[in-house]
Amino acid sequence: MCGIVGLYLKNEVLHPELGKLFKPMLIEMTSRGPDSAGVALYRDPVADGETKFSLAHDDAGHDWQGLSEALAKALDASSRVERRDTHALLVTDADVGAVERWLAERHDGTRLIGSGRSIEIYKETGLPEAVYERFGLSSVAGRHMIGHTRMATESAVTSAGSHPFATGADLCLVHNGSLSNHNRLREELKRKGVTFGSENDSEVAAAYLTWKLRNGVSLKRAMEDALDDLDGFFTFCVGTADGFAVVRDPIACKHAVLAETDDWVAMATEFRAIASLPGADTARIWEPRPATVYSWGDDGMDIDAVDHLPPTVVPASQRAAAGGMH
Amino acid sequence: MNAPQTAPKRQGTQTLDLGELGLRAVNSRLQDISEGSNETTWTVSNPMGQHAIACGLDSALSVDIAGQVGFYCAGMNQEAEVTVHGHAGVGVAENMMSGTVRVKGNASQSAGATGHGGLLVIEGDASSRCGISMKGIDIVVGGSVGHMSGFMAQLGHLVVCGDAGEALGDSIYEAKLYVRGTVESLGADCIEKEMTPEHLATLTELLARAGMDADPADFRRYGSARTLYHFDIDNASAY
Repeated sequence: MCGIVGLYLKNEVLHPELGKLFKPMLIEMTSRGPDSAGVALYRDPVADGETKFSLAHDDAGHDWQGLSEALAKALDASSRVERRDTHALLVTDADVGAVERWLAERHDGTRLIGSGRSIEIYKETGLPEAVYERFGLSSVAGRHMIGHTRMATESAVTSAGSHPFATGADLCLVHNGSLSNHNRLREELKRKGVTFGSENDSEVAAAYLTWKLRNGVSLKRAMEDALDDLDGFFTFCVGTADGFAVVRDPIACKHAVLAETDDWVAMATEFRAIASLPGADTARIWEPRPATVYSWGDDGMDIDAVDHLPPTVVPASQRAAAGGMH
Repeated sequence: MNAPQTAPKRQGTQTLDLGELGLRAVNSRLQDISEGSNETTWTVSNPMGQHAIACGLDSALSVDIAGQVGFYCAGMNQEAEVTVHGHAGVGVAENMMSGTVRVKGNASQSAGATGHGGLLVIEGDASSRCGISMKGIDIVVGGSVGHMSGFMAQLGHLVVCGDAGEALGDSIYEAKLYVRGTVESLGADCIEKEMTPEHLATLTELLARAGMDADPADFRRYGSARTLYHFDIDNASAY
């Protein structure tokens, strides 16, 4: 099972309502994933030279201020931190790699779950609504958000095993499905120096994309390569600084639906997650094709699905009413 | 496509608001109508993509669903005429026995799966595995169908006015497939077959019943090469 949802607001007027519009989408997918939930939110980009780190700790009382001060001292850098329930957002002008190494060497149970200029990742075990509320996401503003509700199959129900998984600066992945070659691929990636925080199969997919991107491959190409190298069932939604991208495996057993209006683009495992959005009843709605990368945002990998429409016959009485058919 | 969202108003129509009543109450109301009742015309409003709407109907009702539906809409239908004024999720009209199900928009995967009878019309496109294991149902698709459509199709007709995706009719038995556009590839044991006057007449009638404005002469017929019915070492390459 598992449910995934993504929302990209094309109309800036709606940006203040991002958290409010996204909430029913995530909650509608509770029956597909009641174990844990998570979102990636893109907002408030930090200044040039700074990086925003999403951190998590099992202890809700973790001393984030102490961590921030220690980091600033150790790396001779600026650092400020803000607690968000079991998570914290830390902004620093230190080198990303240096921060990653410093955190890894501390062994204090802090998990680094995302980093970039605008990405914030929040994920926890529990019902999606409870997770959404504990991080105060209902009132957040921004342009886009992706989320995941998990019904665990491949690994334990833990915060660390929850989605989204970071795949690089301002990038993250949510996954619906299961991978069958993740153990072998994990070992291969470990040999190439990639580190893992869980036994989760989806983390391997995220690590695979991370490794590809680190080697200079474009996101679109990395997602296409994943079609060859990942064995199993998947619908992936990848959050980027500018939007999100969707790809399904060539068999396309895992559900996915896309909808678009002049105001927004949404993807979900099931349409009912989209039904609550304003104008959903008259949106263009279609199912993403197998082994095809779809994306939205200003990242140069736009694919206008409308260009790929098959020819369609409709009854003569309906012809005038038929718009773009996917 | 942008499917129309409002069902036509007909005299004597009663409306069931799914958002207000919930799925179980709506389906129970429609399933409980006794034979000979004059409560035959219904509209279901606020479907909101919920699953299993208008499932298991077994009398000659006319049900209009005003919007998008989720999975398994009108499953197991007998006699009823169900129209979805929107798009349908996975498995619309699965295991239908008789009656008519019409989707004004697109349908997701496995439309008409295992259907035994009746007519399923999808005015837009159908996704992969349309008509999987169909057992007598007739399916007419105004647009195109995705990969593995007609997989293990046993009986009935699948008419595609657009194109068919990969592996059409894989492991097909005796269902008859008609495609107007291109076929990306044929599945195992599926071959193109001659369009006889008898087949043309059947196709013409199906297009007319579905209300599709397409010339039967433009279609090609596909069906089983019948080499996979029983294991035969001479057919080993076909498995």
